[in-house]
Amino acid sequence: MSETQTVRVVPVRHYGRWLTALLVVGLAALFLRALLDSPNLEPATIGDYLFKDYILDGVVTTLWLTLLAMVLGTVGGVLLAVMRLSPNPVLRAVSWAFIWVFRGTPLLVQIIFFGFLGALFPRLTLSLPFTGTVLFDQPTSVVVTGTVAAVLALSLNEMAYAAEVIRGGILAVDGGQTEAAAALGMSPALTLRRVVLPQAMRVIIPPMGNETITMLKSTALVSIIAGRDLMTAVQTVYQGNYKVIPLLVVAAIWYLALVSLLSAGQWAIERRFGRGFSRGGVR
Amino acid sequence: MTVAERVPPMVRAESVTKRYGPIEVLRGIDLAVAPGEVACLLGPSGSGKSTFLRCINHLERIDGGQLWVDGELVGYRRSGDKLYELKAREVARRRRDIGMVFQRFNLFPHLTALGNVIEAPVRVLGTAREAARAEAQRLLERVGLAEKANAYPGQLSGGQQQRVAIARALAMHPKLMLFDEPTSALDPELVGDVLDVMKGLAADGMTMIVVTHEMGFAREVADSVAFLDGGVVVEAGPPAEVLGNPRHDRTRAFLDKVL
Repeated sequence: MSETQTVRVVPVRHYGRWLTALLVVGLAALFLRALLDSPNLEPATIGDYLFKDYILDGVVTTLWLTLLAMVLGTVGGVLLAVMRLSPNPVLRAVSWAFIWVFRGTPLLVQIIFFGFLGALFPRLTLSLPFTGTVLFDQPTSVVVTGTVAAVLALSLNEMAYAAEVIRGGILAVDGGQTEAAAALGMSPALTLRRVVLPQAMRVIIPPMGNETITMLKSTALVSIIAGRDLMTAVQTVYQGNYKVIPLLVVAAIWYLALVSLLSAGQWAIERRFGRGFSRGGVR
Repeated sequence: MTVAERVPPMVRAESVTKRYGPIEVLRGIDLAVAPGEVACLLGPSGSGKSTFLRCINHLERIDGGQLWVDGELVGYRRSGDKLYELKAREVARRRRDIGMVFQRFNLFPHLTALGNVIEAPVRVLGTAREAARAEAQRLLERVGLAEKANAYPGQLSGGQQQRVAIARALAMHPKLMLFDEPTSALDPELVGDVLDVMKGLAADGMTMIVVTHEMGFAREVADSVAFLDGGVVVEAGPPAEVLGNPRHDRTRAFLDKVL
């Protein structure tokens, strides 16, 4: 090996890769052609409806339904998680039972149930005990409209899931942290708020981001009780003009856009709560 | 222990027992530590020395005997001839006066060094934030970390983290400091800095109870040394006596291994 020589390096040839890539591209092309050839896709109709005001109204309703359900769900979830971890056996049992019921039954069933709440309790009445003074008395169907029922069902369901995520986050915080806080004279409540929850956040945020994305798509289920969301709007239109496919594509485009936006937000928040946990690149 | 005879002790233990299920960890600990005294607890692992230390600020509840800190029963309030167990809030109130330093530092990783030091004064004592920051800066300077005030624990070495932990405990103006093997989790070259800070504290007259394996520290700094084994104090006295001329076989056997 004394004399310098130019040696040509022959990389491994991946014939198999080329073949599978070609096959997949071919199949995709065939599917795309079938899609575009269909007379019922109607790209022009999709464009017509994409920004119609009642579709946009539906998008707005879907967004605030998601937001409200997640906010209520998270607040209730923290409460349920703390109850689950409480030394009080009654609180533990109640929290366990709540989570058991709301995670153990389909969301669709819960939504329809709250939609028909009037069939269970025809009137909602609030009165002072022993005095007969009635503070509030209304037919259930007036108070619990489709939208209210939607919020109720979505947020109660979310509480059960959020509780488990938050409980996992709290348990993931090292026990030494609670001890250090206790040794400094911090009360259990202060320790939870200032020491445990901020650290649990790091573990809680990624799954809660997924929960939010799931929630955004789950709001479509409330169309079954006329929840006035995006899916309700789309259904109302295609039940009138039978352009089912173009309108479903309209809905799909909006859901996809909103989910992409949420994913970007999730990434930013995860970075924020990772502070202090990586050497060097903090803040 | 001439000091202990004249003034009421800062910590007094009388036949303190503690069990985890069927295992008796402490089998009647008797000990007195005077104000300003530095007491080192020595002994093999499993001897109960850390458990006893954690009983002093009620991180562990004792099962028998009695334990006083500065004349107050730990974990209980006496009224007439009855003992009432303290509520979480009252336990927390008494812990304010007892600083503790842990083997694994237990700094709050989401707060900076300064944030760690001001957290309890601001949230527990209600100290004004500006005053707490000024004091924290002084304390960090005292432990030699003035320039690390804005670093997160993850950016500090073990020795630096332990010194921040000491500053955090001092920020509550404790009358007693408990050290639970403060240098056991450190790389050998970082131990010296932490021990220096502790020597400074001792020189300033802080009452300290130190669970340690650092025989040099015990010999040099401690006013008294207690050797624990099997959940009892086997031998206690001035370091020169216990370490230099142990009377008990078990003490001698232990010292032969560690020295």
